[in-house]
Amino acid sequence: MRKTYINGVGCISAQKTFDTVFLEEAEINENDTILALKVPVYKDFISPVAIRRMAKGVKNGIAASALAMKEANVTTVDAIITGTGMGCMEDSEKFLKAILDNKEEFLTPTSFIQSTHNTVGAQIALGLQCKAYNLTYVNGSVSFESALLDAKMKIEEHEASTILIGGIDETADFTMSVFKLAGFIKKENESPYKVLNSTTKGAVYGEGATFFVLEDKKQDNTYAEVLDVEILNKLKADEVEAKITAFLKSNSLQISDIDAVVLGYNGDVEFDTYYKTLSENAFANTPQVYYKHLSGEYNTASAFGLWVGAKIIKTQQIPEILKVNSLENSEYEKILLYNQYKGIDHSFTLISKCLNLKS
Amino acid sequence: MKGVAITGMGIISAIGNTVEENYVSLVNNEIGITTIENISTVHAAVIKVGEIKKTNQQLVDELQLSPDNNFSRTALLGVIAAKQAVRNSGITSINEYKTGLISATSVGGMDMTERHYYDYFENEALLKYISCHEGGDVAQKIADELGLEGMVTTISTACSSAANAIMLGARLIKSGKLDRVIVGGTDALAKFTINGFKTLMILSDDYNMPFDNNRKGLNLGEAAAFLVLESDAIVKKENKKVLARVSGYGNANDAFHQTASSENGNGAFLAMEKAFQAANLKPEQIDYINVHGTATPNNDLSEGRAIIRIFGDENVPDFSSTKPFTGHTLAAAAAIEAVYSVLAIQNDVVFPNLNFKTPMEEFNLIPQTTLKHKNIEHVLSNSFGFGGNCSSLIFSKSE
Amino acid sequence: MEALKKELKEKIIAVLNLEDINLEDINDNDPLFGDGLGLDSIDALELIVMLDKDYGIKLVDPKEGKTIFQSIETMAAYIKENRTK
Repeated sequence: MRKTYINGVGCISAQKTFDTVFLEEAEINENDTILALKVPVYKDFISPVAIRRMAKGVKNGIAASALAMKEANVTTVDAIITGTGMGCMEDSEKFLKAILDNKEEFLTPTSFIQSTHNTVGAQIALGLQCKAYNLTYVNGSVSFESALLDAKMKIEEHEASTILIGGIDETADFTMSVFKLAGFIKKENESPYKVLNSTTKGAVYGEGATFFVLEDKKQDNTYAEVLDVEILNKLKADEVEAKITAFLKSNSLQISDIDAVVLGYNGDVEFDTYYKTLSENAFANTPQVYYKHLSGEYNTASAFGLWVGAKIIKTQQIPEILKVNSLENSEYEKILLYNQYKGIDHSFTLISKCLNLKS
Repeated sequence: MKGVAITGMGIISAIGNTVEENYVSLVNNEIGITTIENISTVHAAVIKVGEIKKTNQQLVDELQLSPDNNFSRTALLGVIAAKQAVRNSGITSINEYKTGLISATSVGGMDMTERHYYDYFENEALLKYISCHEGGDVAQKIADELGLEGMVTTISTACSSAANAIMLGARLIKSGKLDRVIVGGTDALAKFTINGFKTLMILSDDYNMPFDNNRKGLNLGEAAAFLVLESDAIVKKENKKVLARVSGYGNANDAFHQTASSENGNGAFLAMEKAFQAANLKPEQIDYINVHGTATPNNDLSEGRAIIRIFGDENVPDFSSTKPFTGHTLAAAAAIEAVYSVLAIQNDVVFPNLNFKTPMEEFNLIPQTTLKHKNIEHVLSNSFGFGGNCSSLIFSKSE
Repeated sequence: MEALKKELKEKIIAVLNLEDINLEDINDNDPLFGDGLGLDSIDALELIVMLDKDYGIKLVDPKEGKTIFQSIETMAAYIKENRTK
């Protein structure tokens, strides 16, 4: 079975995740309910003619994908697969507002066109003139994992050797205000917003784009191998451990083989029990990592989580700022990632350090 | 290549609330294109739509949902079709095998969002609709109503979405990752899409005429359709009737423009080529093409060129677009057309391409304009979407 | 007519989000589409809406736009002739 290697990464987030190594300049923001992006110079990646129509998500997606491809030293890919939970929110809002405010008159097409969920994937393909397989997944917090699973299958089917995958989501003003109303986002005046041991509902939100180049060949700068991905729509907190055990068993592993576990804690007291149950029991003796205090919560934040996992394997270190507990390992070979959102959209991702054998 | 078994189907569209009703309409030229009733829009007099003549309340009642439900119309339609498919397949215990749901939508819950957008701040009772906006919610609701616990995800690539869902489903079965997958798509009519397509000036004020030289554009429609794909192991074990097989599939990107297709139909050509490769079939083995045929000036020209490139000028098989019956149902299109492709195979018929009068001047492609009875072994079904997303599926008669 | 041409240039820059372009960069007779300013079919649709909203001219067939939008000169001439606002 052909293997899947992460050979390039590109990340645009609320932290300085480009032109840096691994979160050296990271800052925790416990005061804002929505984290602002650290933006790159978009004009370095996109021509003025193209940029004029693009909303944040598309620009971030193009920049992050360019960074990943540069790092992997590839100029073409055999497939482009993206995941987004909410799609192109800014353009959706713009078009909808125009419809409602102008009573369906004098509407212009640009924001409608740019609001299609697969716009990021399409714009990347257009820029690369890439006519290959191009798919977009839109299913809440497993949008990115769906893309990852599809890519892995493509490699195993011998249908592609080099694949660009990414997770993108953007914040948009009206939607964020509505989310606050619905309680998805933390209430104002409840700061400091701590993700661990939180006592309040909702999460601090964010946005970003994280891309990976996956290949069927190991390179000198390979980050890690993607061993397995599983997606499950619904689980109760006390069912997760058994599912993880089964997942690991199908990969000939047990919980004790896991050198670090990356958990999607987001500070929502109602649903962080999913992670707490694991932290205090199954993984009590495992170095535990969290990341949404740096990225914010959004449907594809788990792509940031995979970025973290891949970086840990590459650098063989867990930066203090990411630690849930103080446990460490001398070697980080096998890492498990687990994420869910509001009790649904569960995913397990297993990655591994590559053995020093050329495959 | 034998292909993946289809053991069940379900559909609700402007031409019928079940598979049987859709078939009867198709063979009796009973179209579902009318003036819009369920949505009040300033454009009502200048558009025609393929509307399902049921209100949301009627759909809610049919599904026996509680009054405090937060289903979007897209989700309501999706559940109806998915439940039909599961019943048709004879499934009694949905989680008995490794089962998944791959859904497709482009509208998602936008039909609700556009109704309540400014009212959320005034009326707390409406807050429940906030979570039904995104695409994933539709799949989640379908999974819940089916009692499905397993892999659930959604594809959203505009008008090719459901084709890609069917493709992924087939691949999941072939790889052994799943034993059974429910695949398809759903989209409801919404002001958002009506106005969106209006700004692109590709809506016709008349009945859509695919592949006609005087075609003016498309009629939007709404629908949902799902199919059940199962592994040969289950088919054998449970002695299931195989309706047809998904024998080929391909996806490619036109990489030309965000909404327009390239003049030579590159993306379409590549998608069809890949489908033939996957099926290990040659173009001359196709008995019927259910074309994307939206009747926009751009699509039919581009698709026509691509078809001629694949089949050769003289050897284009019988082809038709069924969109004069249903309208263009966006993310559901490939799913309802998959159902129609299976019906074509089961009944050995080519459905007619209605409203056609004058051949396009650019080439010599004449669609099949009347119902035709002939042996159908293999059907090619095309679906092309915004963002240059081109997908083709091949369905084959099961031995 | 000069005032209308200037107005059109300003509107085009605003409506089509041409951030890096100044009024002086657009010559009256330069082609707007294809090579000149590099506008495409979506921009044409935007301009059709602008004609309706700001000048009361309704175009039914998008293909008409090809001749009307050839240059600032042709646009201004057409608007002068057909405007209802």
